[in-house]
Amino acid sequence: MKLSQVRELLNAVVLTGENHLDDEVYVGFGCDLMSDVLCYAKEGAVLLTGLSNKQVLNTAEMANMNSIVFVRNKVPNNEILELAREMDILTMTTKLILFECCGILYEHGLKGANLS
Amino acid sequence: MSYELVFDVKRGDFDKAGEASRKIKHTLQQLGVSNRIIRKISIAGYEGEMNLAIHSLGGKIILAVGENKLTLTIEDVGPGIPDIKLAMTEGFSTAGDEVRSMGFGAGMGLTNMVKNADAFEITSEINEGTKIVMNFIIQ
Ligand SMILES: Nc1ncnc2c1ncn2[C@@H]1O[C@H](COP(=O)(O)OP(=O)(O)OP(=O)(O)O)[C@@H](O)[C@H]1O
Ligand SMILES: [Mg+2]
Repeated sequence: MKLSQVRELLNAVVLTGENHLDDEVYVGFGCDLMSDVLCYAKEGAVLLTGLSNKQVLNTAEMANMNSIVFVRNKVPNNEILELAREMDILTMTTKLILFECCGILYEHGLKGANLS
Repeated sequence: MSYELVFDVKRGDFDKAGEASRKIKHTLQQLGVSNRIIRKISIAGYEGEMNLAIHSLGGKIILAVGENKLTLTIEDVGPGIPDIKLAMTEGFSTAGDEVRSMGFGAGMGLTNMVKNADAFEITSEINEGTKIVMNFIIQ
């Protein structure tokens, strides 16, 4: 699905990288453990997480994630958003909890970005 | 063509941590290395960079670019790892709460480096430091 559809389904607000709303995404990975993203996430996934620190962006960048959804209403500070712009990655924030986000996206055809 | 890039990583500087890995990724993209290999090096290098910031007293990352391989050397000035075999066990971590609240400290980093590198070597001396050398073949 397109990232614009992800935004609609999650009723999310785009924070950075609006130019990527037309990009396609096929898989997702949801967790608050960046160690696990680095170990288990397939590239090109939308990363859904309740953390909003700088290392989330670095993790997404190193693991070639497609985009980031901050769940539970998390919004990174301006410095971190500036870094996201520099990285040219789409980030958005939603009020929904991680479980709901994953459920909704899965229901609409997104698969899990499991490496194995 | 063969050269080296050196990046310093400070202990506990989670604001700057990740910068070296970003620069390394950028350099490799400019060199035209394939995305698949860049991702392996980026992930292994970033795991190493975070370990320097989290567990070491400070250290550096050296990227050596050779004809058909890239070498990442990650070395620090202490405190050293008392039991390497234990440290290499998936799930073993001495990370504290601050680090865990950032999303790290699962005890997966060293094994993830092994997984991504074509060759991995680790040596450590108490009070002297730890040195990891990883090689990546570029076709
Ligand atoms: N450079 C280092 N200096 C001293 N100790 C280290 C160093 N690197 C790793 N260690 C020790 O080895 C353990 C395992 O490291 P590893 O990278 O596998 O996991 P972690 O850093 O604890 O968690 P994760 O990497 O999943 O975030 C660490 O918890 C730490 O005790
Ligand atoms: Mg680690």
